[in-house]
Amino acid sequence: MLRYVVRRILFLIPVFLGVTFCVFTLLYLTPGDPARMVLGDLATEKAVQEFRDKEGLNDPFLVQFGSYVYKAATKGDIGRSYITKRPVMEEILTAFPYTIKLSALSMLISILIGIPCGILSAIRQYSIFDVITMIFAMIGLSMPVFWLGLLLILLFSVQLHWLPSSGFDTWQAMILPSLALSAQAISIITRMTRSSMLEVIRADYIRTARAKGQKESVVIWVHALYNALIPVVTVCGLQFGVLLAGAILTESIFAIPGIGRLMVESIKMRDYPVVQGGVLFVAITFSLVNLFVDLVYAYLDPRIKAQYK
Amino acid sequence: MEVLFRLKKSPLAMVGLLVVILLVVVALFANVLAPYSYSKQHLTHMFEGPSKNFLLGTDEFGRDILSRLIYGARISLMVGFIAVSIALLAGGVLGAISGYYGGWIDNAIMRVMDVLLSIPQTLLAIAIAASLGPGLFNLMIAVGVSSMPQYARIVRSSVLSIRGMEFIEAAHAVGSSDMRIIFKHILPNSMAPIIVQATLGVAFAILNAAGLSFIGLGIQPPYPEWGAMLSGGRQYIRDYPHLTLYPGLAIMITILALNFLGDGLRDALDPKLKR
Repeated sequence: MLRYVVRRILFLIPVFLGVTFCVFTLLYLTPGDPARMVLGDLATEKAVQEFRDKEGLNDPFLVQFGSYVYKAATKGDIGRSYITKRPVMEEILTAFPYTIKLSALSMLISILIGIPCGILSAIRQYSIFDVITMIFAMIGLSMPVFWLGLLLILLFSVQLHWLPSSGFDTWQAMILPSLALSAQAISIITRMTRSSMLEVIRADYIRTARAKGQKESVVIWVHALYNALIPVVTVCGLQFGVLLAGAILTESIFAIPGIGRLMVESIKMRDYPVVQGGVLFVAITFSLVNLFVDLVYAYLDPRIKAQYK
Repeated sequence: MEVLFRLKKSPLAMVGLLVVILLVVVALFANVLAPYSYSKQHLTHMFEGPSKNFLLGTDEFGRDILSRLIYGARISLMVGFIAVSIALLAGGVLGAISGYYGGWIDNAIMRVMDVLLSIPQTLLAIAIAASLGPGLFNLMIAVGVSSMPQYARIVRSSVLSIRGMEFIEAAHAVGSSDMRIIFKHILPNSMAPIIVQATLGVAFAILNAAGLSFIGLGIQPPYPEWGAMLSGGRQYIRDYPHLTLYPGLAIMITILALNFLGDGLRDALDPKLKR
């Protein structure tokens, strides 16, 4: 087990390097001169050239990339914002807690609603509950998160005045954004749990448990559920990535000062170091979450552990 | 043909298919079907609700919402199909080479795909679109490239499962070239998962494109992309919610139809269900 963990952690290093390479390449290919962006249009050509020499912008691509990685790994320096001149890392660390809170809350809601609904749908296949759940799941899957957010604001803020339409500081303010963001994840987790349960319930070992006289509740909630949840865990991990990306749109609508909103504003102002820093941060977070999910998966499924004995 | 017959068994899939066909027709004949041009402003009729002249009302510039939705269908479907085609072409070729040749080529290509997959797809599309700049073409590339890894994986696993079969060995023995084997024998037999993924992929591409346009990347005004229409109507949501209601509904119905169709195709093409 330990060998598996170590292998997975070591495997992250080339992935991080690869992601950094992609992000850096995209930044490099973006049109526009970074020196001009920082110094402004009125700066003299000489000042621009001096800046370029000082920041190493005239060096070959690989030298620049190496320097970027070195600075990022040793000093946590991933550049400076063109607009605010603050370090990108500082801007991101200020915004990140909001995004993580939003994503985590949405993930929690998705799991708490999705898994039980999926299980019940599977146990009572083709019942009214199953049909309605599947209809809602399909709708939730097809609704753009930004539209759902706007509709929720329209209903609960504008018409009913029950909940605030922006911010993230009070628990009331957290409800609408989390609901909007979790709709798609709930749908996917529900469907996945349902199909996984359906497959497991038909398995021979379930028949054996019943034949042995085991109580139905134990058969379902212990034997079937445990095996059905294994693929669901993987899906949850992947959904977290979708949630992180979806948070970008949700934060925009609900004016939450997270990484998503930071990136949208930076895109509008062409503040590319912040955009690319944000992408890097989210990608690394997603990789770490997937690592965690893989480890949980290995813990739950003894067949994986057995491979490494 | 057998597939179509099995597809007919699922009413939801048929509904999905009909809606998709309807949307394609609307997109193709937008010039004929739309009562007005998508950019024609009627400045004396701004923010109107549904009426005889403007069936779904007008927006902040007095433009007919129905006409903009109809032209928007053309843009959305175009982006969806072309983005998926790019993803399929690039990802499919890489996946086929990876699966067929194996060894270090397979390793190298799959490691690159792993890196791309470790960035959430929407985020990757945003990063690429931010780099390339706004515009329809850049949007298609951004959405296409960001979905490429999934197709690479699917094609690779299909190729891996077919590669060992006897008729491939026979083709080798007869002296067929590698290219011929891949394109004439392997790929046609692995179409099923690719078709399902492509159908669902078009839905996802349309959703992604709408999202990108919503935050200002992608299609620029006055082009009537549904996501951009939502973004434009957002500030008026308190007083004129219909500006955001109809484009969102259009997106949802399109995605729903494509999802129904994709699910139906998955069941129809599933060999385990063949009796």
